[in-house]
Amino acid sequence: MTNVPEPLLKRGVTAMDNVQYPDQAVGEPFANDHKMSLRNVNVFYGDKQAIFDVNIDIARNEVIAMIGPSGCGKSTLLRSINRMNDTVEGCVVSGELTLDGEDIYTTKMDPVALRARVGMVFQKPNPFPKTIYDNVAYGPRLHGLASRRAELDEIVETSLTRAGLWNEVKDRLDQPGTGLSGGQQQRLCIARAIAISPEMILMDEPCSSLDPIATAKIEELIAELSQNYTIAIVTHSMQQAARVSHRTAYFHLGHLIEVNETEKVFTAPEHELTEAYITGRFG
Amino acid sequence: MQTANLFIVLLVLSAVAYYMARGRSVALAQPLGGIRHLHSLPFFYGMRAAIWCALPSMALLAVWLLFHEHIISTLLLDGLPEAQKPTSAAEHNLLLNSIENIASGALSAETSAPHLVAAADVLKDLRGTARNLVTAVVLSLAVIGMGWGWVKVSPKLRARQQVERVFRGLLLACACVAIFTTVGILLSVLFESLRFFQAVPATEFLFGTEWSPQMAIRSDQVGSSGSFGAIPLFVGTLLISFIAMLVAVPVGLMSAVYLAEYASPRVRGLAKPALEVLAGIPTVVYGFFAALTVAPFLRKAGEGVGLEVSSESALAAGLVMGVMIIPFISSLADDVINAVPQSLRDGSLGLGATRSETIKKVIFPAALPGIVGGVLLAVSRAIGETMIVVMAAGLAAKLTANPLETVTTVTVQIVTLLVGDQEFDSPKTLAAFALGLMLFVVTLVLNFIALRVVKKYREQYD
Repeated sequence: MTNVPEPLLKRGVTAMDNVQYPDQAVGEPFANDHKMSLRNVNVFYGDKQAIFDVNIDIARNEVIAMIGPSGCGKSTLLRSINRMNDTVEGCVVSGELTLDGEDIYTTKMDPVALRARVGMVFQKPNPFPKTIYDNVAYGPRLHGLASRRAELDEIVETSLTRAGLWNEVKDRLDQPGTGLSGGQQQRLCIARAIAISPEMILMDEPCSSLDPIATAKIEELIAELSQNYTIAIVTHSMQQAARVSHRTAYFHLGHLIEVNETEKVFTAPEHELTEAYITGRFG
Repeated sequence: MQTANLFIVLLVLSAVAYYMARGRSVALAQPLGGIRHLHSLPFFYGMRAAIWCALPSMALLAVWLLFHEHIISTLLLDGLPEAQKPTSAAEHNLLLNSIENIASGALSAETSAPHLVAAADVLKDLRGTARNLVTAVVLSLAVIGMGWGWVKVSPKLRARQQVERVFRGLLLACACVAIFTTVGILLSVLFESLRFFQAVPATEFLFGTEWSPQMAIRSDQVGSSGSFGAIPLFVGTLLISFIAMLVAVPVGLMSAVYLAEYASPRVRGLAKPALEVLAGIPTVVYGFFAALTVAPFLRKAGEGVGLEVSSESALAAGLVMGVMIIPFISSLADDVINAVPQSLRDGSLGLGATRSETIKKVIFPAALPGIVGGVLLAVSRAIGETMIVVMAAGLAAKLTANPLETVTTVTVQIVTLLVGDQEFDSPKTLAAFALGLMLFVVTLVLNFIALRVVKKYREQYD
């Protein structure tokens, strides 16, 4: 609070527009052992630019949280990482995005194969109108991961167990996935995503439609999954970011402002915009 | 007063009632401090008075119009001397007709029997009195209603509820029109069919395999009894519908998938209206297209490969009917596919599925009930379609499954049974009603199933 100029505090949100965006995100945007690396990434929807010159690394087996006010481009950036934006009309991504050193936007990279490596969990639970079993088996069947029924059964069981859902659904695998509660549906979607053994999981506000208890379960799950997966999570809840992530990136109107250890971001933010956001003066 | 004039006067009166009651409610509200101290808005007070003015008087008028012929003729006949009263129903009608004709001047009074001329005068008198009486009663009822509406205006009157109740009744009455029409048509078809089944046993009609409805008019003519086995007609109908669906379902579904999943907005914007133009072509145009272009083409093509194709073949009619149904299926399927939430597509694509895998494994199964519903609706359209088959399918009722031969359909036979001069009590004519009933039942069942399936589908995402 001390390093924010006094008049800024009084004028509130609009005054923040006059603040200079840093050329380079403050803090520690880069990592040595990176799984994913983004350099000079710009994203446009038609004429409108949604992301401006973002440079950031996502380290192996870390949970990185992306926070920021609505419309700051964090979901857009997340959807660029597994090329889900390809399906959006008029969306153009420029810059260099590499997964294990491999550029994911070259013509050589098949977006379908990429999405099998970088799984995604969406804001609203979206189980297919199929049975619980078929929901989880969908990906493995698609990619031919199991040659025998027993193998498939095992994949389904492991994935559901990892997603913390096995005990709740093991007796009704043949029931429709849409019949589960919201929190169970979201865990089913996570099970579905990890069934194809992705290297990275992107989560786009996975708890925004869930109640606090279901949210707590998902957060627990994220902590567990981080032992095996690299996770990028977009969230509106700063408490959630503080609870689950190792590092936190703060976005403001398409600009990456600050990336740092989560604890540092929430206790001693370096940039005034970050501070203004986490102290709740806008958002 | 003439009924039309009376009606106009009633409308004017109720308009007056509206403005008077409305004005009174505003005036009453003034000392209380504005219209927000009224229970209802002034409009409702006005409407209430207008309804009181118009509704009872119009109801009375309607009742009078329904029964006045009967009442007047009863009065007239009662007034006749005992000797001239009719003894049978036929005589009764004849007598009334002649009196009526003399009264209207169609029959000259000089050449007619004097007692009839006298009766005609009585009739004119009765009519005049009745009209004056009704005018007086209806108008006074309207004025009383108007006064009642005006007097009862008070800030506490729950006018809005009363008006809304009347309007709800009106809405219900409108909804009933469609239902009663359906019931009426069904009943009339049903009764005529029963008359048919008295002449021809139902089992013969349902299971007979020979259809030749020619009935002799006189008993000494050759072939005096027709045969009414409807099986060949239904087989013909099913054959043509089957061919039509064979064309329409794949083409319609694939074009829907293309439009919903692959087409860019520009292509979609062009292709969708173009497809819908197909639905706007009158079926008679399809009919002569089938008869004059497609059928000869099939015949020539058949000759080329050594097949004998009848010049009026089931194939020609079925193909053209299929083309006619394509937009029906594609636009229904397009709607259903678009109704599958985007989140399911994202979920599938996010798991590394290709677009076609997503369509095959997620979108299609999710949309299937809706698609099935659409197809069933299309089938009932195909079965009921008339013009194309009349022009292109032929009249010979052959029991065959060969699409290259000529067949006939239920609808075609209904048309041929009823065109031209027909007796309305011969089985030949009544057979049309029985066929219509069967057709009605079949399409009703199909529609019922289709709507159930579509409804079940809707529940899935809501």
